[in-house]
Amino acid sequence: MTRVVVTGWGAVSPAGWGVAALWDALARETPLPCVPLAHPGRERPLLTRPVPPPRPRPEFLGHPRLRRASPLAHYVVAAALEALAGDSAQSPAAPGAVGIIACLTAGCVNYTKRFYDETLRDAATASPLLFPETVFNAPASHLAALLGSTAESGTLVGDEGTFLQGLALAADWLAREQVSGVVVVGADELDWLVGGAMNLFARGAVHAAGAGAVCLRRGPREGAARGVELAGVTDAWSYTARLPPERAARAMREQLPAGLPGEWLMLSARGDRRLDAAEQAAWRDWPGPRRAPQRVVGAAFNAGAAWQVVLASDAIRRGLTPAAIVSVVGSNQQAIGARFVAGEAPAG
Amino acid sequence: MLFPRSNTPSAPCRVVVTGAGIITAHGVGWRVNADAFRAGRRSFRPVTLFDVSRQRARLAAEVDLPAHLPPTGLSARREQRLDRAARMVLWAAHEALTQAGWQPGTETPVILGTTAGGMALGEAYYRQVMSGVVARPGQASRVVHYQAQRQGLDLLEAFELSGPGRIIANACASGANAVGHAWEWVRSGHGPRALGGGYDALVQTLFSGFDSLQALSPTPCRPFDARRDGLSLGEGAAVLCLESLDSARARGAEILGEILGYGAATDVHHLTQPHPEGAAALAAMRAACACAGVRPDQVGYVNAHGTGTPLNDRAEALALNVWAGESAPRLPVSSTKAGIGHLLGAAGAVEALVCLMTLREQWLPPQPGLEEPDPVCLFPVVTQAREARFDHALSNSFGFGGANATLLFRRWA
Repeated sequence: MTRVVVTGWGAVSPAGWGVAALWDALARETPLPCVPLAHPGRERPLLTRPVPPPRPRPEFLGHPRLRRASPLAHYVVAAALEALAGDSAQSPAAPGAVGIIACLTAGCVNYTKRFYDETLRDAATASPLLFPETVFNAPASHLAALLGSTAESGTLVGDEGTFLQGLALAADWLAREQVSGVVVVGADELDWLVGGAMNLFARGAVHAAGAGAVCLRRGPREGAARGVELAGVTDAWSYTARLPPERAARAMREQLPAGLPGEWLMLSARGDRRLDAAEQAAWRDWPGPRRAPQRVVGAAFNAGAAWQVVLASDAIRRGLTPAAIVSVVGSNQQAIGARFVAGEAPAG
Repeated sequence: MLFPRSNTPSAPCRVVVTGAGIITAHGVGWRVNADAFRAGRRSFRPVTLFDVSRQRARLAAEVDLPAHLPPTGLSARREQRLDRAARMVLWAAHEALTQAGWQPGTETPVILGTTAGGMALGEAYYRQVMSGVVARPGQASRVVHYQAQRQGLDLLEAFELSGPGRIIANACASGANAVGHAWEWVRSGHGPRALGGGYDALVQTLFSGFDSLQALSPTPCRPFDARRDGLSLGEGAAVLCLESLDSARARGAEILGEILGYGAATDVHHLTQPHPEGAAALAAMRAACACAGVRPDQVGYVNAHGTGTPLNDRAEALALNVWAGESAPRLPVSSTKAGIGHLLGAAGAVEALVCLMTLREQWLPPQPGLEEPDPVCLFPVVTQAREARFDHALSNSFGFGGANATLLFRRWA
């Protein structure tokens, strides 16, 4: 059996660019202030938590591939580069052997909306510069170009649970030894179109944006792994009439162990009572500490799930918990969980 | 558990196809499509689904979607809410599952490729908002059904499959990636079966997008023709039931063919243009053959990506020349996009099914419309319908963003 370790992580969020900013926001436990966003046809603006501009501007944004890229692509690249920079693996993989898995819900919606609007106004003049950036896999493509990585790259689309499916897929790629490392990124961007749609189903959630990324590598065959180990990813329990979210969430929990004393539970709760009910019921009797980062920084689909994993990994590395469970009860597709455990402390 | 797996076999499982379903502009089902591909039929017509009066190109291969759905477990209300893309994938899945004879309730991952999901509903949602009437019945349903994961869930629900569902959006390689991921699922021993496929409906955003890039031809596309001037769009879906050989044999299932190899690589040259010499295409073909243990001279037919754009076809031809080497002059190649257009996220799955048809029925699909083959092609492009004896077929799919995927099939005898 192949073991998998998390060797680095990165984040972009409404709290700022970098894991440290996200961590600080979570530690304060005070929801970030909301920013109003006008929505056509609505008297009241949407409440959102956008990503602040980066200070200073990262050098990678000057790369030719990113000049016209969407905010989503910027978030993906920033989070991935931070994860790779923090990669604690002793022998970094050759660039060509790094796989990329991007997990998105709405994708490049800013540019898609703009392009479609141009099409409706006059299709003959719709911008050829915009269209390629609307494609779901454009952010992963830009990241591959920056890394010079020619290994397989995949973009998965779905609700929040897709990010954990991405971790399991990365583990498969590592087991087949077709890559020596995989960067898994969860990301989504902010737009009134998505915020308005979310508002139809989850009025209590605050629409946010950003990305989270983890770098995964093969662990040792025997003995303690260094750093943080991915102990397991549950099945992805798809919602159907026969398996509503409440039962799916319970099934997910039943596949996870009871937990160590003091083990953290990282929830996907987004601040909407109806949306969060299934997860709340599934974990009602959890005895240990629990965190819900999206209640603090906002609901950002796959970016939100990625933040959960990033923070779980960071908490383990900081020695705040010996292990952490990440629970994702997605908006409309699946319930899925993962568990991370502390390995051997890295030397030095 | 998705990880770690409880049942990892010591050796990879052989993976066979026990069900296949297809819907394209040629029609619904294997037989109708096989006959049309074999005859080299073209199914293009003026676009009727949305306004193209301001576009440079005005043709596409639209599907004549049946007014009703095949029998499903969905309520009438649910069926009414399905968009065109979901309906096409249900038609394809129904044919595949009926042929395979899989029982409802079995653990079956559903892995689908798409570029647009239910984008037509997203477009309708946007137009509704911009009309100034925000609170309008139907908007919530549009939000739900436009999302790509919804078509996967509809499929699970319709045929009482458990999932999980995975949606791959790797542009025009999505369908091939989805079949490849399903193949890897079974081959790695994660489970005895998986359903892989692809789908895409024609939508205005994508049509306008390719038109804005001047990638669309005003006439039906002519892949590998020296005077080719762009691609033609189409729509459709294909679904394949993949199963371990042991499982298929144990239940006495009819086997349509075997998938021997899958290769994928990323082209980092440019967001929309391939590496001039098709470096990633070559890598994908070599990877598929390496894991299959098959040499290029053993391959009797290549279903090329062959979009009809000047850059794609040149890069693919150069890659095929290098990959095939001395056997290139004897390697029959054609692009079935000349008959049904480029199906984007469905293309790789539909063309996988075409490979199965050719292997099973032992013919080569001619490519209509080719007048003057590009001299860069060292291989013969099939232009006349003919029977052939061969055991291996290869299918290429390449997409925006540099997604390159190759599938390799073997005749089941």
